[in-house]
Amino acid sequence: MKYDVILAGVGGQGILTIAYLLDNAAINRGLRFKQAEVHGMAQRGGAVYSHMRISDREIVSDIIPEGRADMVLSVEPLEIHRYLYMLSPEGVVVSNIAPVINIPDYPDQGVVLDALYNLPRPVALDAGAIATEAGVPKAENMAMAGAATAYMPFDLSDYEPIIRKLFERKGPEMVVANMKVLENGYRVGKFTRALLEAGLPGAVACRAVAMCRPDSLDVVHAPRVVELLRGQKVGEVLSKAREGLITLDDLIVELA
Amino acid sequence: MEVREILLGDEAVALGALHAGISGAFGYPGTPSTEMFEYVEPLAAEYGIHARWSANEKVAYEEALGMSFAGKRAIVSMKHVGLNVAADAFVNSGVTGVNGGLVLMVADDPGMHSSQNEQDSRFYAKFAAVPCYEPKNQQECYDMVREAFDVSERLRLPIVLRMVTRLAHSRADVVIGDRRPQNGLNPPTDKQQFTLLPTNARRNWAALVARQGEIIGESEASRFNRLELEGRDRKIGIIANGVACNYVREAFGGEVPHAMLSISRYPLPLGLIRKLIEACESIYVFEEGYPLIEEAIAGINGIGKPLHGRSDGTVPATGELTPAIAMDVFGIGRTGGIKSTLGHVPGRPPKLCQGCSHADSYTLIKEVLKDYPVKRTFSDIGCYTLGFYEPFDGVHSCVDMGASVSMAKGASHGGLFPVVATIGDSTFMHSGMTGLVGAARDNANMTLCILDNSSVAMTGTQETMATGDALYNVVRGLGVPEEHIKIINPLRNKMEQNAAILKAEVEYRGLSVIILRRICVQAARKARG
Ligand SMILES: Cc1ncc(C[n+]2csc(CCOP(=O)(O)OP(=O)(O)O)c2C)c(N)n1
Ligand code: SF4
Repeated sequence: MKYDVILAGVGGQGILTIAYLLDNAAINRGLRFKQAEVHGMAQRGGAVYSHMRISDREIVSDIIPEGRADMVLSVEPLEIHRYLYMLSPEGVVVSNIAPVINIPDYPDQGVVLDALYNLPRPVALDAGAIATEAGVPKAENMAMAGAATAYMPFDLSDYEPIIRKLFERKGPEMVVANMKVLENGYRVGKFTRALLEAGLPGAVACRAVAMCRPDSLDVVHAPRVVELLRGQKVGEVLSKAREGLITLDDLIVELA
Repeated sequence: MEVREILLGDEAVALGALHAGISGAFGYPGTPSTEMFEYVEPLAAEYGIHARWSANEKVAYEEALGMSFAGKRAIVSMKHVGLNVAADAFVNSGVTGVNGGLVLMVADDPGMHSSQNEQDSRFYAKFAAVPCYEPKNQQECYDMVREAFDVSERLRLPIVLRMVTRLAHSRADVVIGDRRPQNGLNPPTDKQQFTLLPTNARRNWAALVARQGEIIGESEASRFNRLELEGRDRKIGIIANGVACNYVREAFGGEVPHAMLSISRYPLPLGLIRKLIEACESIYVFEEGYPLIEEAIAGINGIGKPLHGRSDGTVPATGELTPAIAMDVFGIGRTGGIKSTLGHVPGRPPKLCQGCSHADSYTLIKEVLKDYPVKRTFSDIGCYTLGFYEPFDGVHSCVDMGASVSMAKGASHGGLFPVVATIGDSTFMHSGMTGLVGAARDNANMTLCILDNSSVAMTGTQETMATGDALYNVVRGLGVPEEHIKIINPLRNKMEQNAAILKAEVEYRGLSVIILRRICVQAARKARG
């Protein structure tokens, strides 16, 4: 078993905390890991990345060979594209949909999202919304880690002791809130994965999941959703303008 | 039970040094070396050792050498270009030798992730004729530094531990050993050892040269230099060093089918190299850094067999190595990678933080210089080098720490006007002061702007040597007349009044120093906790 991830984002988005979580989860499971990161620019706002390698055997290289990464995980949707050359053809992309527009030539946001949805295996989430709902708006990175977990050799329970170590001194409610963010991210990841593996195109899967409240996404209903999304009125339902998110049950009713 | 810790390469060196019984850690920040010292610093009280940043690398090295003189173990850390600054002390310490164990951790930056060059510190070790270790992984960082201290005391020489960015800044779990106590006080009895008068230096140098055979012998026998011939294909023989060994193994999926020599201890194990060359039909040198091994074995006449590496273009002549490059070099096909449908992905370079005082300082300088036909500003290394970019366009040079001051002085003697230079507070204390002494003596026609943000910001907001009044007093003490030292806060709403002050000093035909004072946003945030 080996799992290689490129973590990407913009300086200040907390990708090193994601790495910390995954490093410790690997160790606690008795796995080996290596995690190379970039340091040294104190200023904020530049592109940052980390190579995260997990395996049940010795890992030789600190950096992932080009074209062999199992996942590109990005807290920013444009940053994904900087590292696609690293991704294996079977690899997945897990991305936040909220852009950080701090450069003059940032492409059109719609184009950036379409480019994400049209990748072979995209998981998209509104990490900021998930974090804000749990009362910890800065915990976007935790939502991302949760979503990635749908593909990684970990369970949410692996994170509990690590989250406690990270946040306990800020109060027990911080531990609960961060675990909730992880869980809702995980639900998005898990549900999207089920839709993709059933053969739905990335754009359909991501758009359908994006309509639903993350906490309502229960993977047991995925087969039903797949069946309905293969049906007729899909385009109409998915493009209908709505206020706020609906539950998965409501989506199923609408699609049916 | 086995104790494991998750550590960066730099941190593994730090913990290895602590467990080896150091009595002090010395250094000046510089990516990718900074985390070594930063790991030790908060543990200093617990371990009962000295750990405080030094003014520059030369000072740090000499402090460490002094601790070694006293009989204690010391580690000193710096980035590769820092060793240029410390080179005088370092090279001469090969001639003096050491008393207590002394290890220099120097971190190279192949690929220049955050440096002005990619110089290879192994050449310095060779130049000083002292041994050098080059770890491949975090465990070796920990193990090698411990061994290096023992070797340093046995050979009575300083030992170089060469790191590279990828290892310095990569984390893994490391098995931790026991803690050795510190050495007792034990100053040297030989009066000649540390006094490099020519008579003594000649004796010491001759002795060091005479011992090279013994030192090479240690390299031959070192467990960190490994020759693998048995059962391997010998059409190709591979020589790799440090992390480059990992990339070769990764390229071949873990098991290298060819004969291979992995080098992690210097001076070069000439016997092992000879054995590999004799056994193989051709040699590939896959070397992280400059072609040190390659040139050493090629000599002038070559090896009488095909020899491939950086020099003949088989391996790219510059830049950092990767597993992908190893695959290309050894003809291992690689697939994978997905094309972005976005086409061009715009770059996202680092920027000055929101509210950074440097932004306001550059806006001010630009405002004042707009009236002059020639606008050339000398600058230096730090966050403020980002003033190179639009909209500031306020940096026309950045060469080495302190060069802003001395280059400005030189240009003023050449007749350039106006001459304005910018330098950070830490860079000023590192190497700007010495330049300013001469500028004051000559009353050079220049205006030096010291950007005092109370922090070594670029490398992660470390403690600075002198800020505020202390910095003012240094400038004053160097001989700059009081009436031409101006202190301003570069606030946007004080632009007009600040511009008038700066303009008057630029117009003044002589030396002025403007101290632009405002704390770095990140340093302030850190101070608030
Ligand atoms: C000889 C040498 N040592 C260390 C460094 C690494 N380094 C780059 S900038 C910097 C410090 C900058 O501090 P300061 O001058 O106060 O500017 P600031 O970043 O705070 O704006 C250091 C230590 C270097 N480039 N060269
Ligand atoms: S870290 Fe400090 S000095 Fe550097 S850009 Fe940010 S505010 Fe400015």
